[in-house]
Amino acid sequence: MFLFSQARQYVEQYQDEKRIFRLKEHRILFIFGLLIAFLFVPFVGPDYLFNAILVPFLVLALAGLGLNILTGYTGQLSLGAAAFMAVGAFATYNLELRIPQLPLLVSIFLGGIIAALAGIVVGLPSLRIKGFYLIVSTLAAQFFVPWLFTQYGWFTNNNASGVITAPRMEILGYSINSPVGHYLLTLSTVVVLTVLARNLINSQYGRNFRAVRDMETAAITIGIPVSQTKLLAFAISSFYLGIAGALWAFAYLGTIEADGLDLNRSFQILFIIIIGGLGSLTGSFLGAAFIVLLPILLSVLGQAVFGQAIDQALLQNLQKIIFGGLIIYFLIKEPEGLSRLLRNLYHRLRKWPLRY
Amino acid sequence: MKLFKSLWFWLVVVAIALIAIVFVTKKDKQNPPEQKQQAATEQQTQLSDKNAQYFPLQSYRVGPYAAGGTGFFGGFIDYMKAVNAKGGVNGVKLVWSECETEYVVEKGVECYERLKNGLNGAPAAATNPLSVGIAYATLERSTKDKLPLITINHGRTDSTDGRVFPYVFPLQLNPYSEVSAIINYLGQQSGSLEKLKGKKIVVLYHGSPYGKETIPVIEILSKKYGFEVTNIEVPHPGNEQQSQWLNIRRIQPDWVILRGWGVMNPVALKTAQKVGYPTNKIIGNIWSNSEEDAAPAGAAANGFISITTHPSGTNFPILQEIKQLVIDKGQSDLADTNRFGTVYYNLGVVNGILNVEAVRVAQNKFGKRPLTGEEVRWGFEHINLTEARLKELGAYGLVQPLKLTCEDHEGGGAVRFQQWDGKEWKVISDWVQADRALLRPIIEQSSEKYAKEQGIKIRDCATEE
Repeated sequence: MFLFSQARQYVEQYQDEKRIFRLKEHRILFIFGLLIAFLFVPFVGPDYLFNAILVPFLVLALAGLGLNILTGYTGQLSLGAAAFMAVGAFATYNLELRIPQLPLLVSIFLGGIIAALAGIVVGLPSLRIKGFYLIVSTLAAQFFVPWLFTQYGWFTNNNASGVITAPRMEILGYSINSPVGHYLLTLSTVVVLTVLARNLINSQYGRNFRAVRDMETAAITIGIPVSQTKLLAFAISSFYLGIAGALWAFAYLGTIEADGLDLNRSFQILFIIIIGGLGSLTGSFLGAAFIVLLPILLSVLGQAVFGQAIDQALLQNLQKIIFGGLIIYFLIKEPEGLSRLLRNLYHRLRKWPLRY
Repeated sequence: MKLFKSLWFWLVVVAIALIAIVFVTKKDKQNPPEQKQQAATEQQTQLSDKNAQYFPLQSYRVGPYAAGGTGFFGGFIDYMKAVNAKGGVNGVKLVWSECETEYVVEKGVECYERLKNGLNGAPAAATNPLSVGIAYATLERSTKDKLPLITINHGRTDSTDGRVFPYVFPLQLNPYSEVSAIINYLGQQSGSLEKLKGKKIVVLYHGSPYGKETIPVIEILSKKYGFEVTNIEVPHPGNEQQSQWLNIRRIQPDWVILRGWGVMNPVALKTAQKVGYPTNKIIGNIWSNSEEDAAPAGAAANGFISITTHPSGTNFPILQEIKQLVIDKGQSDLADTNRFGTVYYNLGVVNGILNVEAVRVAQNKFGKRPLTGEEVRWGFEHINLTEARLKELGAYGLVQPLKLTCEDHEGGGAVRFQQWDGKEWKVISDWVQADRALLRPIIEQSSEKYAKEQGIKIRDCATEE
């Protein structure tokens, strides 16, 4: 049913190019999907769906989106994604704690801004070093940030365990401290930021990003300010990651320690965009779905099929083997990620029964 | 037929269907009270899945801490199997299902959310994540869902204060009591607590919320008794500790308190030997006290001292019973039954005893049927394990006498010291009590601060029955 006729839908103006979907029917379906997510799901979904599936999925998709802007679109490799998430989370926490007058959304926004500033600082070496060597500088951030938050008690309000707890979650006097509230907060943030990212990518800046990624020398030659573009990419990417971090800490877990956002989390986010598709916004969502939902699905299936009948450790290891196998399979099948796989499938279907 | 090709038509159809679903589910939500009553009246004498109490197990059997997870959950499950073999708890069968957390916080949260609603209608009694990180993350959720959160021998210290944390139970020994008991023991060893003045102690801790939990209390104790303390962190998981131990050798402390977990422990012992620090000056804490911690270090572990709340060994009547009812029948949860009677396994059994005892206590008040989490919580708060009761349970010497109240969610606070002789642990001391009177105000201060931050109303225990 997604194969709508393209008849009489021409791209005539530049404005039309900017649209998320070229076909009118796709746009209608997209809006309809959003309506379902906002109006239908909150009414019927069980807590488990919000708390354990949708919220982490959306937050990691947002984090993937942030990293995609930096790595997928601008071509700057980074292993510091989790560090920026931590900056965002701790900044939001401290803003809420020390300036209680600030509304929650403003704190989260400012937390993102602080993460963006941290991103610019970490991004400075990218002006000199390129490619894989840049990993070293972002890796340094990844080790430095958790150390900073653990070492100095001020950041965690002198909590003995170095754990911060979510502030009271309220927007305009309405408490959103419920699974549905967390879900709606996350969903609206993610939708708004995704639309913004889409527009950014289609703007002059987005084209600069891709020019820098594809060939730096050529980009300089045609007059693109490479250093500014790189720093801007770092800032925006970190802004997204910072907000994702704040949501991860407060809308999902409700508590966080600096070590909860360690190198493994950075790898996880990097895998999300590699599996989903570098340089694709949809890819971030697909990758997050793959990384977050598939293990849960396997685990639920494993319990449903075998239950307590077979050795539990064996069952767990089997799930890991299947998961790893699937990653390898998909990357061999389509090295450019799940989003490319889906796109190929779509074009295949359109032309069916003709081939190519 | 043109209608069926229109996108709008289909959208409207789907929308109406969805709205209908919303209405149907809304109605369902208003009904459940009746169903609950039905379940309550359904009294059955024989064990069946309908008349069952459910334990959600957030277990971990893979990853760096698998040794602890398999032992603990193995003991817990075997104990429940033994209880079932003897007819359940007053005729109520115990059931459980597992969800792998790998000791990772978000997986634990996912598992909590998945399992909290019970299994096939059997209500959940309590969660036992055996991970401080997961306990922290599910603490608020447990309170909201009215499901007790059991953190035996670990957990968030100020949750001892049941007035602020009604649903959290750091049973037997919270982290502060643990440190205090170790210091008391060191005081005994040096003659008296006053003689600790000027001594040097290093705390080597696991870089996690669990490891950091005791830093403030050891500083308070060091000021009180005048010993010097240095806290050194080992990053998780801790399989590289050369620099930390070189640092320790430079400091030349009188004792090292090893606050380790999992693979960190044997590595610490081996590295200590490498830098030439005497093993019998290393005091392992409650999570550095198992066979799995000492044995892999080989000869380097000889003489290593650690604390324990429950001796290892199989000589207790309850363990013999488990052996007879479960192990000998080949039904044990352990992949390797040689681990029967080890420290982690016995802790699992102790945990099982306490959980089941809470259910039993609550059943005496609420009736002999599957209970809700809220009712089981009442049971936990009224656990009173006297020596006579422990003998009845066959757990005398395995579990310390324990009395929980509305204010006090810890109970015991006593530990024994044991020494590794190369093959097994030998108990070398009597029960050493923590200075709980000293710790209580610190705990209350911290819990009241938390209550204020979170806007929690402090319970008045005098008015509770």
